[in-house]
Formats: sequence, C-alpha cells, structure tokens
Amino acid sequence: MDNAMWAFGRVSGFASLAFFTVSVLLGVMTRSGRPLPGLPRFSITLIHRNISLLASVFLVLHVGSLLLDSYAKLTVTDVLVPFLGSYRPFWQGLGTVALDLVLALVVTGLLRHRIGQRTFRAVHWFSYAMWPIALAHSIGNGTNGTSTWFVTLAVASVVAVGVAIVWRLSANFLETARARQGGLT
Amino acid sequence: MSELLHIDWTKCDGRGLCTELLPNVLGRDEWGYPLARRRGTSDRTNVVISTNDAEAARDAVKLCPKLALSLGAQRSA
Repeated sequence: MDNAMWAFGRVSGFASLAFFTVSVLLGVMTRSGRPLPGLPRFSITLIHRNISLLASVFLVLHVGSLLLDSYAKLTVTDVLVPFLGSYRPFWQGLGTVALDLVLALVVTGLLRHRIGQRTFRAVHWFSYAMWPIALAHSIGNGTNGTSTWFVTLAVASVVAVGVAIVWRLSANFLETARARQGGLT
Repeated sequence: MSELLHIDWTKCDGRGLCTELLPNVLGRDEWGYPLARRRGTSDRTNVVISTNDAEAARDAVKLCPKLALSLGAQRSA
C-alpha cells in the first residue's frame, strides 16, 4: 500500500504539471481573443477552466497521497507552509508555494463574478509565477526530475510557454490588433 | 418574456465570445466589439434577447472574459 501511495504521488504530480502547462498555453490563447481551428473562443475559455480544475484535482491527489505515504515524511504543515520539509526543503517548499498560489487562483477563478474583474485579474497574474515554480519543484524534488525524458519534456514545455509569452507581449497579439492600431502596421 | 442584454462599454474589450454564442443577435464591428444585428427595439447598449437565445445569453454573461455583460428584464415602455 505504501509503495502504491508513493507511486501515485509521483505520477499525479506529473499529471498535474502537464495539465497546468496546457492550461497556461490555453490561457494565453484565450487572452488573445482568437479562436483555434475548429475551436471557438468560448470553448477555449471553457477548456482552459476545466483543464485547470483537472490539474488542481491531480494536485490534491499528489499532495494527499504523499501525506499518507510514510517515505515522503510530509506533514500537514508542509502542505501550506513552505521550506520546512525534511527532504530537500527548498525544492519541496517551491511545491508548497505553487500549491498556495493554485489555491488562490482556483478560489478567485470560481468567485470571479463575486469579487470582480480587477481582483480576479490581479490574482490571475500569479499563474505566470506559479507555473515556473511548480516546474522547478518537479525538477528539484521529483525522483525522475533529472531523468533525460523528464528534462526533455521540461525544456519543451519551457520553450512552448516562452514562445506563448513572447507572442503575448508582441504588438499583434490581439486578434483585432491591426484594426485597433488604425491599420498602420 | 424577452430579456435585455446590457453591455458595459467601460468593460467590453471586444474579445468576441458573446458574438460567437449569440450569432443571430450580435455581429462584430471591425475592432471586434459586439453590434446588435436587429436595431429598432434594441439599442447598441441594451440588446433584446428572445426566449430562444436566453440560455446562450446566460452563457455569454458567465463566460465574458471582462465581465462586461448582464441580463435584465425588458422594461415595458
């Protein structure tokens, strides 16, 4: 049973990170106001939300299974307070920071209509911090964190998110950018 | 009873989700902002929504990335 918890803790952490990567990419996509081929704008928004929630579910399973695992020596304090862990406290602490950020992102995401756009947006910016912190945690703390296959995937993800952010910051990011620039470009 | 979809222009950024969800009701201008297709009863800010479109309008209110939409009962003039 103990081995099962450990194995599940590892694989669910990986799944959570993979879903969060897709979610960040879809988030940038939805912000551009552009549809994808065969995928209207509102679908991108819904998939962005649902993949994020799926990633969060795997994150809960990741932390929950490792809490029950005796090898990980995770305590309830470690779940919310970073950098106090017994094994690689810095890298584990990054995971805790990411978890706390995800908590804030999910709560403000679900309450967007109640708290208003300004607060939602201010908190939502932290996704750009959460993702690299979670990735660093997986590399520094994961048993396979420095395996070739994992590092290859991590580099590919960083390139994908990096390209998305460069695109996000470019002048022609918005679907309507050309018209709004007065057709000057 | 028909409803009115109110567009808050201080919030709207023309992202186009509402025009996808309500293709028969809203078109887009060249900057991406929603434009009521049938003028007359609707004005640019308060768009009349028929019962058939009520559900799509509710989705649009929920999904608008700028929270620029709200639904209200149509006032009998």
